[in-house]
Amino acid sequence: MKVWQCVVCGFIYDEKVGLPEEGIKPGTAWADIPENWACPDCGVAKADFEMIEV
Amino acid sequence: MEPIIVVGSGLAGYSVMRELRKLDRNVPVMLLSRDSGDYYSKPMLSNAFAQGKDAAALVQTPVAEMTGQLGITVRTHIEVQGIDVARKCLATTQGELSYSRLVLAMGADPIRIPMQGDAADAVRSVNDIADYAHLREAMQGTKRIAIMGGGLIGCEFANDWATAGFAVSVIDPGPYPLASLMPQPAGSQLLPPLAAIGVDWHFGTSVSRVDSAATGYTLTLADGSQLQADIVLSAIGLRPRVALAQAAGLAVTRGIKVDAHLRSSDPAIFALGDCAEIEGRVQPFVLPIMHAARALAKTLAGEDTAVVFPAMPVVVKTPAHPVAVLPVARDAAGGWQTLASGNGIKMAFLDASDRISGFVLTGEFAAERSEMTKRVGMPLAASSKADIT
Repeated sequence: MKVWQCVVCGFIYDEKVGLPEEGIKPGTAWADIPENWACPDCGVAKADFEMIEV
Repeated sequence: MEPIIVVGSGLAGYSVMRELRKLDRNVPVMLLSRDSGDYYSKPMLSNAFAQGKDAAALVQTPVAEMTGQLGITVRTHIEVQGIDVARKCLATTQGELSYSRLVLAMGADPIRIPMQGDAADAVRSVNDIADYAHLREAMQGTKRIAIMGGGLIGCEFANDWATAGFAVSVIDPGPYPLASLMPQPAGSQLLPPLAAIGVDWHFGTSVSRVDSAATGYTLTLADGSQLQADIVLSAIGLRPRVALAQAAGLAVTRGIKVDAHLRSSDPAIFALGDCAEIEGRVQPFVLPIMHAARALAKTLAGEDTAVVFPAMPVVVKTPAHPVAVLPVARDAAGGWQTLASGNGIKMAFLDASDRISGFVLTGEFAAERSEMTKRVGMPLAASSKADIT
């Protein structure tokens, strides 16, 4: 399970937690999130996230 | 080979570098920063206080790491004094630097209006991480803040500090919050929820004097009333930084004039971000910067690419009453229509042919941002039957 961070606003996507409020189940791998998904906080693209070490 | 030189280490400058490195690992690049060159998220400056984040905590990637990750040279604490377009060369505080191509990503300065009073100089603005650090320091032990400007940044700061327990006054000559972005029924939605967390609104007036008081300052408003504050912040807008481009003879209107390829009137010089006027529009928001950076990176990598902007909603970070807006041009033909209301409001701007060309979502409707964005360009009726009641 990995953690990804929006490079623009710092929003964190944790694969373990998912984003249930957006219909993304806990345990959803980053690769399985649709390419047209956008950061819920600032709206930038999935491509603007980077993997971070935690 | 002379490097591509990027002037500015904000979101625009670093995003171009990030995107360029996805396409070309080798072309030499030098980035010039007036400050430390650390990468931080500017949008977080106006919502970091209530989260207890100091300036250091906002740095996402220190400059040394950026340099390594991107394989670029970064010069810090450097000022560019002039551009010699004929020789493709910059005059700087660290000597002359030659470029193959130049990217201007210098940002914008806060607009300041002259005021009377012995403490007029005490008025602050927060436009970068150093300003934020100074502000946090100045706020120690204080509890009253006055914000000039009830626009996006003013409202975000007001929400942030009110949440942190400060008594916040907002003074704006306009009629309601966010007036430059949305119609009155939407902007007014912010009034009660922010008042409930401690924001004291003053619309239809402005600050004419700031004077020292026994503790803090006395603000005298144009309508004659007075209020007290320990900190005074000006958040009335941004002005693109154009002086350098102008002195070099580049075409400048409100911002540095560039075409859809982000190219200025000099074919070797590009501009993006808050300093740029792209095909006549200055768009000092995150999404336009990301799109422009991606297109410019392609052009710099050798594939001449025009930026195509999709519908780019702006998110106003006011957790007490969240807002997402796709603004329309001031002179756009059409009108606003309310689609739903409740704890917040949902409005769409319908153009002359009844297609959705803008929207505002506040409160409970703010979460519908991505769904609403998909409906842009569609006729109202066709885009959602649920709205026809």
